[in-house]
Amino acid sequence: MRRWLPASALLLAFVGAWAWLASLPSVDDLTLASPAEVWGAFGDDRDLLLDNARVTLVEVLLGLVVSIVAGVTFAVAMHLSRTLRDATYPLLVASQAVPIVVLAPIFVLAFDYGIGPKLAIVALICFFPITVNVLDGLRSVEQDHLKLMRSFGASRLRTLRSVEVPAALPSFFSGLRVAATVSVIGAVFGEWAGADEGLGRLVLLGNNQLQTPRVYAGVVLLTLMAVALFTLVTLLERLTCPWNRSERTA
Amino acid sequence: MQTKVVAAAVEPPSETETSVAVRGVKRGFRGARREPLLALAGVDLHVGANEVLGVVGPSGCGKSTLLELVAGLQEPDGGSVEVAGRSTAKARRELCAFMPQRDLLLPWRDALGNAALALECQGVPREEARSRAAPLLERFGLRGFEGARPAQLSGGMRQRVAFMRTLLPGRPVLLLDEPFASLDSITRASMQAWLADALAGEPRTVLLVTHDVEEALFLSDRVAVLSARPGRVMQELEVPLPRPRDRRAAVTDPELARLRERALEVLGS
Repeated sequence: MRRWLPASALLLAFVGAWAWLASLPSVDDLTLASPAEVWGAFGDDRDLLLDNARVTLVEVLLGLVVSIVAGVTFAVAMHLSRTLRDATYPLLVASQAVPIVVLAPIFVLAFDYGIGPKLAIVALICFFPITVNVLDGLRSVEQDHLKLMRSFGASRLRTLRSVEVPAALPSFFSGLRVAATVSVIGAVFGEWAGADEGLGRLVLLGNNQLQTPRVYAGVVLLTLMAVALFTLVTLLERLTCPWNRSERTA
Repeated sequence: MQTKVVAAAVEPPSETETSVAVRGVKRGFRGARREPLLALAGVDLHVGANEVLGVVGPSGCGKSTLLELVAGLQEPDGGSVEVAGRSTAKARRELCAFMPQRDLLLPWRDALGNAALALECQGVPREEARSRAAPLLERFGLRGFEGARPAQLSGGMRQRVAFMRTLLPGRPVLLLDEPFASLDSITRASMQAWLADALAGEPRTVLLVTHDVEEALFLSDRVAVLSARPGRVMQELEVPLPRPRDRRAAVTDPELARLRERALEVLGS
């Protein structure tokens, strides 16, 4: 409980500063809505916000699933084949240099208006931290452990399953934590490029229609989504890698 | 710690001749500046079936390299290594149980799971491997710690789990690399006594590498003294006392004292 205190205090101070700033006469109401107005928007537009949040959440979660499956598969393949690793590593890095904002409209052209382009963009952003972290984790296993497995007569698959994959789990979760936070941004980019629904589209429309409180309400929801995903991944890690925690505290 | 390791859970070592023969073995490496380093310069050793050979030498004399060569984890650059008359690395790996200096327990597996690891590597299903390891845990004084993770075990307990893992596949040749080096002196003494009893109960061919002359003399039938790098056998000492030995008697035994003097003399020369 005490661990939450500093964060809560800081958040409160932040909201306070926000309210004070919004109350200044020189600040335009269209630029900055006050916390009270945003709270009001949550009340007035409750159904609208929740419906669109649901759409975005589905895009984010499905995109994460796609990137986990692709990222883990790719990392394991790169780990097992030196040639594949050497060949694809530069491409992997290059994939992150591509400006997603520019790519998004092309994806919409290619995949049409539905959920496809959003998944593609979320997956493209999240794929990288997952792949790189899992690969690092798989390669972090000590030479002595591999030697020991060899002396036991273990097969390549057995060593992968019993030693390398468990050793890579904490790294996988580190990558997933990063992926979870950026996935929300990916979904927003996807919706901006062309969508009928979703929080990103709602924010964009609200901006055009000068509904500033609604825009801020959407941004707050998107932020909450990212924080919730981050927390969920941290909880999952604690459940699946309890040894990691006990070792650190020991 | 009066422990017997004769257990139905452990496959009995095969009845074939399980001696180890190391003939004129040379092994070199590249050093930090790519310069060639000779770790072993023509080592000759023989360990008879169910004999315990201690190998002592200064740090960096190639003792661990020697063990990995016998274990089939490395190939010699010159000379030959035979275990039970077979010289391929694969055959050596199948006949030898190798216990490295560090316990190398997997932090995500509990004590029982770590002990069962080598069995699982040989294709024994997980649950069966665990149930075969379970009775041994009790014999090793680890009852009640089945579900404990390595981080929750003391150094001596971890070493015993590593030892169980080594013994369970029932391989006839044990290769022990400084098995007690990481332990405090009290734990080390009790683990040595325990190993002596264990080997009396269930004889195996053992190659015990250590830098501790007393440990080698206490546990071995013969002790080979290696030179500093490049390693070479400088002297072999016969220990004429029956095993297992009583520690207090061993400390005061004049014959052992003479051998200890001799070994230290050779090491210091």
